[in-house]
Amino acid sequence: MTQRITVIDYGMGNLRSVAKAVEHVMAEGDEVLVSDDPKLILESDRVVFPGQGAARDCMAAISDHHLNQAVLDAARSKPFLGICMGQQVLLDFSEENDGTPLLGMIPGQVHRFHGGIAPDGEVMKIPHMGWNRVFQRHQHPLWHGIDQQSRFYFVHSYYADPAQPELVAATTDYGVSFASAIADGNLFAVQFHPEKSADIGLRLLRNFVQWQPSIEEYSRAADTRD
Amino acid sequence: MLAKRIIPCLDVDAGRVVKGVKFIDIRDAGDPVEVARRYNEEGADEITFLDITASSDDRETIVHVVEQVASEVFIPLTVGGGIRTADDIRRMLNAGADKVAINTAAVFNPEFVKEATERFGSQCIVVAIDAKQVSGEGEPLKWEIFTHGGRKPTGLDAVEWSKRMSDYGAGEILLTSMDRDGTKIGFDNALTRAIVDAVPIPVIASGGVGNLQHLVDGVKQGGADAVLAASIFHFAEYSIGEAKRFLQDRQVEVRL
Repeated sequence: MTQRITVIDYGMGNLRSVAKAVEHVMAEGDEVLVSDDPKLILESDRVVFPGQGAARDCMAAISDHHLNQAVLDAARSKPFLGICMGQQVLLDFSEENDGTPLLGMIPGQVHRFHGGIAPDGEVMKIPHMGWNRVFQRHQHPLWHGIDQQSRFYFVHSYYADPAQPELVAATTDYGVSFASAIADGNLFAVQFHPEKSADIGLRLLRNFVQWQPSIEEYSRAADTRD
Repeated sequence: MLAKRIIPCLDVDAGRVVKGVKFIDIRDAGDPVEVARRYNEEGADEITFLDITASSDDRETIVHVVEQVASEVFIPLTVGGGIRTADDIRRMLNAGADKVAINTAAVFNPEFVKEATERFGSQCIVVAIDAKQVSGEGEPLKWEIFTHGGRKPTGLDAVEWSKRMSDYGAGEILLTSMDRDGTKIGFDNALTRAIVDAVPIPVIASGGVGNLQHLVDGVKQGGADAVLAASIFHFAEYSIGEAKRFLQDRQVEVRL
């Protein structure tokens, strides 16, 4: 059965790489759409929610494109993958730009890295940019075929800190141990860039386009977010 | 911890890879897509394209090169050479580049770097610096920025210039020693160390790699966050996989 995967476009960052990477892994006949149309987003079979830039700009762009409700609805009703800022904006509140209220779908905050010196003497520069290890905290269909502690590509200065530890699907160490992946029912959200993480990133995207969350997962997601 | 990155650099002239890439089992060694795909398979952490196209008529070709590579190779891509305006940056990013490297345009108009980082974000603006040692024997070490392939001095001190570019929001510095470029005797690690100690942003060491120990030295002595090399990979003297295993055996964290 063919499906339509929509990459939500709200003008924050270039989505070409995300769309091309999804195209690369999807089944023949599947379709990738890059769109800011709430109707098309909600009609699609699954949704990718990328983003880069500052928190306040991202929230303003989501609002300017009238996408708040569509994003919330899509995150409740279909397989949903947040990437980078598309992960962070799902939480309640970010420290960025002197404090920015976010979409509030996942309880928790977004903090800035403090930098400093790591135990091995390494200076932790900000942004956290490059390939770092992802420690899978529990089993998930999106980790299928991906080795524990695989390295993914990151570029960010702020990190998600969900209030419910059971939603943390993976952690990464950079001065703090932060939630590099969040899983909540039909929603999965990552801080790293699977579309720039070579084969391992493509594997995660392939897992996403094949993922069929169960009824229980949808209802579990509804429980945590109400 | 973050892995130290290994970055092969490809010179592209009118859409073709030059400086003779010599892989034995590649169909078209001049095709940037094929070469980039090969480096990705070998485990390159990023790829940098340097557009050396002289004729302005052929400038547009690099955009198509980036588009094609970005459709097939899913690791970070940096494009340098001829980036002079915000429009140049926008076109490269839209084509699928993750970062652009600004060199001469930064020297002639430093405010351009500030404008670019404010508009596009620090993470996609790399400032490329070509430096030469200008201190004599017995004097404290000093390096100056040069343009035009190392021919024209600018009077700018390399350490001060790096700090200024970092203050202007540059996300990374691509540091080439013009004394070492093409010599294969190793990076100028004193230069790298001087810049690494002066700025809070990542520094990519470039210029002079002739063997794998040079990569280790660039990281351990120079303190580089990433090492860039061209000929040792192009001429298949070493694969990127070999380079990474060599580094790992010497306690450098790499992505394998």
